[in-house]
Amino acid sequence: MQKVVADATTAIHDIQDGATLMLGGFGLCGIPENCISALVSKGVKQLTCISNNAGVDDFGIGLMLQQKQVKKMISSYVGENAEFERQLLSGELEVELIPQGTLATRCMAAGYGMPAIFTPAGVGTEVAIGKETRVFNGKEYLMEYAFEADFAIVKAWKGDTHGNLIFRATSRNFNPLMAMAGKVTIAEVEELVPAGTLNPNEIHTPGIYVHRIFQGTHYEKRIEQRTTR
Amino acid sequence: MLDKHGIAKRIAKELQNGYYVNLGIGIPTLVANYIPEGVEVVLQSENGLLGMGPFPPAGEEDADLINAGKQTITTIAGSSFFDSAMSFGMIRAGKVDLTVLGAMEVSDTGDIANWKIPGKMVKGMGGAMDLVASAKNIIVAMQHVNKAGESKLLPACSLPITGLKCVKKVVTELGFFEITEEGFVLRERAPGVSTEQIRQSTAGRLVVPDNVPEMEI
Repeated sequence: MQKVVADATTAIHDIQDGATLMLGGFGLCGIPENCISALVSKGVKQLTCISNNAGVDDFGIGLMLQQKQVKKMISSYVGENAEFERQLLSGELEVELIPQGTLATRCMAAGYGMPAIFTPAGVGTEVAIGKETRVFNGKEYLMEYAFEADFAIVKAWKGDTHGNLIFRATSRNFNPLMAMAGKVTIAEVEELVPAGTLNPNEIHTPGIYVHRIFQGTHYEKRIEQRTTR
Repeated sequence: MLDKHGIAKRIAKELQNGYYVNLGIGIPTLVANYIPEGVEVVLQSENGLLGMGPFPPAGEEDADLINAGKQTITTIAGSSFFDSAMSFGMIRAGKVDLTVLGAMEVSDTGDIANWKIPGKMVKGMGGAMDLVASAKNIIVAMQHVNKAGESKLLPACSLPITGLKCVKKVVTELGFFEITEEGFVLRERAPGVSTEQIRQSTAGRLVVPDNVPEMEI
């Protein structure tokens, strides 16, 4: 079992220009901070990124947008990023907006070995344009394909040397789904422990889905909307 | 006329004991502040939480614990976390009893537009299309007219559609409306608002039954 790598730089060493990446997280919650920094340092370009959001101007995927590393974003909501909007309106960046549940379920389908799913989300809207539809029990559904991604990059709370992962609170979001969906899955974790330490009953992502794992450092875990009582 | 808190208060009266409820961003979020006494509801946050609690006390914010609006929140007794596929699974499967969301336009057949203004706003639909495609009971909370004074209750939506024939009820600063085959049926007038005022502000088909009561909030 040779899944543990030293750091983010090693974990992403073979990601090349033009790759399709899945990046876990919802907003800035549960994003793979270490791998994003390493991708910025490596300077790979022409990336297609599948991620629910696009970060903010100076954090998360926003850092990759600043360096113009992203060719195309596939997301459900991109409202918090002025640089993103600028690149989109100027035509530098290609964007495919899809419903959040569709995005999640297309990841799930890939991880479950299913080529497509049927969902009612987007029926009768511009999301449905050019898509095959089917009627089941009198209701119309869109056929949406499983995603194909070269790499899935996820962030977990705890992981072990076999690649088993546990997520914390709402930082789980897309992470376990994308972990299942990558041809190569890279997991960065806050705490990496020897196999046998985690309780098998509490594993969210079985290690079979994870190819590389490392303990991240210096997590900023930035809060987008700090709200208090 | 209602302010946004009044709209939220009126919608809160629709909550029933045991409901699982998804509240959208904006006025819908305020509904959580007015849950009637003796009514227990469980709030679903589509980023992966059932049992959303109030904002945390200052100093106890947890970056890993946010709602769909990316605000720091808390859990309550009985909360659970899950991934995004399961979250939309329970929505798609019709497990969520009530969905409250904002809108830019609603048509008199129940179509809703709330995700895009071509050439101006391209933020994305987030979970809105999934919610409106599957929710059994959708209440829209919104202003009756836009900033230019034009009605947002229309014969047909002019903006890109989020979902077709899905909205059941609309609450605005002027009143409470049910959407039926006949169009917007005025069920209650907001305090101090006349049926004439509502007629003038509603572009879609409007049905005004005899003796529409004033809202009690």
